[in-house]
Amino acid sequence: MERVPILKLGDILIISIQVDLEDQSVLALQEDLADRVVSTGARGVIIDITAVEIVDSFIGRMLATIAAMSRMLDAETVVVGMRPAVAITLVELGLSLGGVRTALDLEKGVALLEHTRSTSR
Amino acid sequence: MTGGGHELPITSNADVVAVRQRVRTLAVDVGLSLVDQTKVVTAASELARNALVYAGGGRASVEIVDNGLRRGLRLSFVDEGPGIPDVEQALTDGWTTGSGLGLGLGGSRRLVDEFELTSAPGKGTTVTVTKWAR
Amino acid sequence: MTAHADASRQRIHDLLTTEEERVLQRWTALAKTSGEELRDIYQALRLAIGEGRDDLTDVRGLLAELSRERARQGHTPSDTARAVYGLKEAVYEAVESDGSADALRGFIWFSRLIDDLGLYTFEVYATARETIILDQAEQLLELSTPVVKLWEGIVAVPLIGTLDSARTQVVMEKLLQTLVETGSEHAVIDITGVPAVDTQVAQHLLKTVFAARLMGAECVISGIRPQIAHTIVTLGIEFGDIVTKASLADALAYALSRSGTEISTPRRTRIAVRTEEV
Repeated sequence: MERVPILKLGDILIISIQVDLEDQSVLALQEDLADRVVSTGARGVIIDITAVEIVDSFIGRMLATIAAMSRMLDAETVVVGMRPAVAITLVELGLSLGGVRTALDLEKGVALLEHTRSTSR
Repeated sequence: MTGGGHELPITSNADVVAVRQRVRTLAVDVGLSLVDQTKVVTAASELARNALVYAGGGRASVEIVDNGLRRGLRLSFVDEGPGIPDVEQALTDGWTTGSGLGLGLGGSRRLVDEFELTSAPGKGTTVTVTKWAR
Repeated sequence: MTAHADASRQRIHDLLTTEEERVLQRWTALAKTSGEELRDIYQALRLAIGEGRDDLTDVRGLLAELSRERARQGHTPSDTARAVYGLKEAVYEAVESDGSADALRGFIWFSRLIDDLGLYTFEVYATARETIILDQAEQLLELSTPVVKLWEGIVAVPLIGTLDSARTQVVMEKLLQTLVETGSEHAVIDITGVPAVDTQVAQHLLKTVFAARLMGAECVISGIRPQIAHTIVTLGIEFGDIVTKASLADALAYALSRSGTEISTPRRTRIAVRTEEV
């Protein structure tokens, strides 16, 4: 089973999904991330899916769950780099990501987190 | 109809990934657009997972079809699980017996051009979907 | 094939060989076209008949070329077919002066052959036209969906003409792709030039907006005509929290302010001042 590495940059955790994940790895990632948010006191989580070719309901649900979980742990989640074809498919599938924040790329994701923090304080 | 049939077992999470990859390779071969490739692979992922989660496993077959005008990809997912008592209801968004979101069947139907479901309680379920190249 | 048929076929072939110059000259006059192309066709035809087989591939190939060439020159397909039929008349004159029963019988057969070939040029013409139409439809689809950059980080698609499901889908994909390529977080879909929308098209527009959001971009729809607003409300399509603006200018102003760009509009009347350089 593949384990997705979680990188830390300041108070932001960055996950970049590079491979076609099986469901078990997705569940493991969810748990690993929650642990890391608590242990590092991170205020933001960025999930980079630039390399992800499909997001089905399972991965979609993971994104929503991670966002909800992180919010509870006082960290904001941003999903970045969703491909157009993936976005069109998700809309057609009828899946909503439950208000997960999104940004075009990693850089804009970081900027979005900083902006949210500066306005909420 | 042309061949190229590939039978794939669905018995584990890793098999679902294998189905996705097989479908993507053939979708590229048959000339589906990038968006259509993504749609059919996503549908395959949903249906393969359905067979695994609700029936404990099954098998998938992928073949390239030709209707004289266009080429396409036909996928079949067969399981010997408990079956679906009310097919109409199962195709409604949000209906689920498992832990999913209930988007699997109805959602997959919207991602493909043809969708056929046969099922009866105790007799298992067969879902056949087709996506045509434009 | 009966002996009669064989003999008459042979007779026609002999005539085509011995009378070649005369028949060709007459045909060229009747067809009002250059002799060179006709000579090639004539010889291919004579060869095919002489070998006694029904394989007319070479003749058809040459005819297809003739048909396309003449279509390009602006001849109607009837003109081209008539030019081919001219050969019948030219050959008939040779048959008449020959006068034998074999030649006359052979001419009936030959005439039918030329009829088929004439029709073939028509078919080629129609196929060529169809290809052109398909190509143009595709080009039109490409042309009719430009995605333009309005400002740093703001792109727009001005939609013009009737939207069908296929075209809307093309627009949708192209717009989303442009968002990624240009790193734009704002998109304006301007439908000022769209006379009407149906449920499917409205749904596609909505899906575009939702897909853009999933990617991290915002869409504004501008230029909704009163009739379209009426249709959308009547159809019960939920536009929800999608931002709509009356004009492209309003949409641009909105997108600019959202992206943090300030624009100052002077209250005073503006006067264009021009200085002539001496």
